[in-house]
Amino acid sequence: MVSSDHIWSILAEVSDPEIPVLNVVEMGIVREVLISDAGVEVTITPTYSGCPAMKTIETDIAEVLDEYGIPNYTISTVLSPAWTTDWMTDEAREKLRLEGIAPPQKGSADKGLLMGRLRDVKCPRCGSTETRMISQFGSTACKSLYQCASCAEPFDYFKCI
Amino acid sequence: MTQLQQFNYTIRLADDALILGQRLSEWCGHGPILEEDIALANIALDYIGQATNLYKHAAQLDTQKRDEDALALTRMEQEYNNILMLELPNGDYAATIMRQYYYTSFYLLFLDKLKSSNDAFFSGFAEKSIKELRYHVQHASDWVKRMGDGTEESHKRIQEAANQLWPYVGEMFGMDALENELANAGYAVDRALLVDEWKKQCTALFDEATLAMPTEAWHHKGGREGRHTEHMGFLLAEMQFMQRAYPGAKW
Ligand SMILES: [Zn+2]
Repeated sequence: MVSSDHIWSILAEVSDPEIPVLNVVEMGIVREVLISDAGVEVTITPTYSGCPAMKTIETDIAEVLDEYGIPNYTISTVLSPAWTTDWMTDEAREKLRLEGIAPPQKGSADKGLLMGRLRDVKCPRCGSTETRMISQFGSTACKSLYQCASCAEPFDYFKCI
Repeated sequence: MTQLQQFNYTIRLADDALILGQRLSEWCGHGPILEEDIALANIALDYIGQATNLYKHAAQLDTQKRDEDALALTRMEQEYNNILMLELPNGDYAATIMRQYYYTSFYLLFLDKLKSSNDAFFSGFAEKSIKELRYHVQHASDWVKRMGDGTEESHKRIQEAANQLWPYVGEMFGMDALENELANAGYAVDRALLVDEWKKQCTALFDEATLAMPTEAWHHKGGREGRHTEHMGFLLAEMQFMQRAYPGAKW
């Protein structure tokens, strides 16, 4: 019988189609791996309800499991508990920053959001906090568009949910 | 509480999400500025995703065993149960934004209550969707303020939009025998209980935006019974075209 550690390490080879620098395990998209006599059960969760990458992620996971000859697996999707940027590891946040995407701040609840208070977002290029939001919605649902006043660089901010 | 009642309730929520998502997606490529084009496309995608989750759930409850695509794309007009406001043509950007504000500020309050549903699917669905709705409400509120407290022209347009859409907001809070029974069973939300808080929030935003709260007391209804405006048929004709022309098409 295969071990769940082995399955997790295989799944870490699947990159997020929209943020290829991260894999689906680091993103927190893979929620559970269950091994039983019936086979392997992988549970995933979408980042946003309308995330168009979910179908691709499911196909990519199936492909890599086939490649490693894992028989009898199922991939199911759950909505609860709802995905949060808090599940992203420190390592994943650093990878985002190096890619030029400001990582999400910790504490997803973002209580100030409805009051229009935005937290300081650090420029991923120069580290300045003299940044401003240009648009709440960026290239994908999970990102906002910002610009740095210190180095003038426009950048994506991975917003908290 | 019967399975048919659960199915009908799920379809109401699914139709609201799908029809709003369809309307918003019409802005794709036509937004007033690039950032707004992208914002509305992203927001539309959230609703279409929420609709997919709801139709999948409805499919499990459907005694006719239709799948989510068949439910979303092959029913007749009278079988759709969305509220009328969401099917109205987009109008100018002020009208789209005002509809977004009226609806999303209501829907966030609604989801917050749905989170306590004794049905595991609905509590999970609400928990997930709330995170998206917070951003939608903020987006709409920002624009209501900017337009209301902006130029003479923007103020005039957003006030007109607020007045014209007002007779449609009543339906958001409408309860009937089905929803009363499901709400009493702890499954659904009592919409009528949300009116006061919603009006309070709306009044506060309108004050800040220098807008006047509309006063019209008469409200349209009929969407929940499948009686739609003359715009619905055209919306469905476009949305259903592919599945009607090429039944079962996949790509
Ligand atoms: Zn900078």
